[in-house]
Amino acid sequence: MTIVVVMEQVPDVVEELAIAPSGTDLDRDAVSYVVNEYDDHALEEALLLAEATGDEVVAVGIDTTGELDQALYTALAKGARRAIKLTGDFEGTWLSTRAAARLLVPVIQELEPRLVLTGVQAPDDLDGQLAPTLAALLGWPHASVVIGSQLVDGAVQVRKELWGGMTMTLELELPAVLGVQAARQAPRYVPISRVRQVMREASIETRDVETPGDLAPAIMRLRFPEEAGQAEILTGSASEIADRIIELLRARGLL
Amino acid sequence: MDPKLQKVAEVWERDTAIVEGVDISGPWNRMFGQRVIWDYTPDLIEEIAQLPGGESFAWCYQCGKCVPVCPVDVVGDYGPRKLYRRAQTGINLLDSPDLWLCTTCANCLRVCPKLVDMVQIMPAAREHAMLTGRAIPAELQEALENTAKYGNPLGQPARKREAWVKDAGVPVPILHQIQRPVEWLWWVECYPSYHPRGIDASIALARIFNALGLDFAILGREEKCAGDSQRLAGERGLFEMLAEENIRTLSKYEFQHIVVTDPHALNAFRKHYPKLGGQYDVWHYTTLLARELPKLQPLLTKSLPYRVTFHDPCYLGRHNGEYDAPRQLIQALPGVEFVEMLRCRENSYCCGGGGGGMWLDSFAAGHQRRRLSEERVLEAVSTGADTLVVCCPYEVSRFEDAAKSTGVEGRLRVRDIAELLAEAMGLIGEGAA
Ligand code: SF4
Ligand code: SF4
Repeated sequence: MTIVVVMEQVPDVVEELAIAPSGTDLDRDAVSYVVNEYDDHALEEALLLAEATGDEVVAVGIDTTGELDQALYTALAKGARRAIKLTGDFEGTWLSTRAAARLLVPVIQELEPRLVLTGVQAPDDLDGQLAPTLAALLGWPHASVVIGSQLVDGAVQVRKELWGGMTMTLELELPAVLGVQAARQAPRYVPISRVRQVMREASIETRDVETPGDLAPAIMRLRFPEEAGQAEILTGSASEIADRIIELLRARGLL
Repeated sequence: MDPKLQKVAEVWERDTAIVEGVDISGPWNRMFGQRVIWDYTPDLIEEIAQLPGGESFAWCYQCGKCVPVCPVDVVGDYGPRKLYRRAQTGINLLDSPDLWLCTTCANCLRVCPKLVDMVQIMPAAREHAMLTGRAIPAELQEALENTAKYGNPLGQPARKREAWVKDAGVPVPILHQIQRPVEWLWWVECYPSYHPRGIDASIALARIFNALGLDFAILGREEKCAGDSQRLAGERGLFEMLAEENIRTLSKYEFQHIVVTDPHALNAFRKHYPKLGGQYDVWHYTTLLARELPKLQPLLTKSLPYRVTFHDPCYLGRHNGEYDAPRQLIQALPGVEFVEMLRCRENSYCCGGGGGGMWLDSFAAGHQRRRLSEERVLEAVSTGADTLVVCCPYEVSRFEDAAKSTGVEGRLRVRDIAELLAEAMGLIGEGAA
């Protein structure tokens, strides 16, 4: 049986980001890309599940950077059996999460997986909508902020993080979609010689897909966050601090 | 349990034994009665010996010469003989922390009558462990992933590699900017480009090169880690990828020689780049400066009231045979009193940073009484020296940390040879231009 992992590349913030002269995009020549770190965890969790059950892991991604091959070859080197890349003339645009989900659904349906895993969020999906949107479009159950999973007959048990250090365990009927926060163990290392060997021997399946029209967000202006004001730590007894807060609120005309 | 160990059978010595018609059974031929004889398989040794590079592991005849010279054994329980014996008794090197403790310092090879060569065995065994899906220590994984992504193990942006130049206070030409042939291409390497104490030495060296009127330039952001320590840590593929990219970059420019700050880069360029098509005339900066001593000597005007000792880097000394150049430079320093440590030259101790040890510091510390770097700074202090002189970029930070953790910080300073030379030339420190 099949487990699909959806992966994407995001700008690497270790390198300084620059805004393109157009003012509506990053300077893509200066950007280097890395796999979204949560997707890396999704892949690790999928590989761990597959090692226990003999499932086949298929890595799927939309190539918006022109460099997705590197990420997919690494996934193959780590143990994925197949890699599928969706291409179209959206290279160099930012797809909305919804548009990405629409592009992904037909491939997922074709693969008939019993589980789809993806990162709980990404720098271009900070509200973590990819997993729930996929689930909604597929009509499958979904859980996000997953920190561990196990396939039991006909279902998947997942541990998900709540708040304040609490976790819950729930069981989902299959097929299901999981947004992974962290794999059970740190993503594995794959030596470059294995990646290079895979690049020589394996191939990535490419699917041309229709550009999703108006579903990409229109960026009007891109800029760096402006320097915010400084924080002030109030010290003293409770009543001194209370006095100071009242003073501050008065000074801003809020009281 | 390792499936190989299941083959290890418990065998009882026979009650009755007839050898060539002679009955030798009876308690008289045993010390204390019937014994269990463990029947060890050679499988774990063969698994290493069948790897390209691992062959000599099987040659060990257990003479034990390697153990007392092994720097890891001094602070722990190690050495080729012990690794062989452990494999014989069912401990799989590939699954043992031992796999990561060898610094490939080559001191055992120097004394081994059978030429058991850990410098070949270790990278082969480590690569095999990685390829068979065994987990690697997290610190090392991070350094390797950083190197693959950014071309340096520190995880610093590639574009920042030349940022130190603006603090040099002297011209440091960068090839992609000057676009002209130079005599010396200075291969700065990662720690001298990014680490604050490495940068101190780079600035000192840049000023010395300028004072000597050397025609040099650096690659700046186009340079990537030479990759030797990653190779020794088991990442041959990563090494090849870096080497191919570096060779491609170097082919764009015209230069006559390469001068390297880092003995590990020296080793890579001398021994491993040629196999991938990169043939260069490569010098360590101490060798170059020692050759320039007639020009350098008159510039060493400031007397330095230091008592110094010198740590031979494994990859400059034992691996590449350069013991004299650094000593000539130290002895040329006016006012400096030079004392040797007991373990010096061919028998020099190891700082612990080689063979990937640079990125296994906490891991190794968990398996040793003290760090190799700590052992070494204590030895330096015992000579009465107030300054430990180094010429490998791994060492300044390693020894400074070790001086702190052993509490000798106030008594021992760690300086790169370039820093001392620049100080004696009035190029850094008080009154520098
Ligand atoms: S010196 Fe060589 S032969 Fe002797 S025990 Fe060590 S590795 Fe074996
Ligand atoms: S190479 Fe050095 S650290 Fe490794 S076993 Fe030999 S002496 Fe010990």
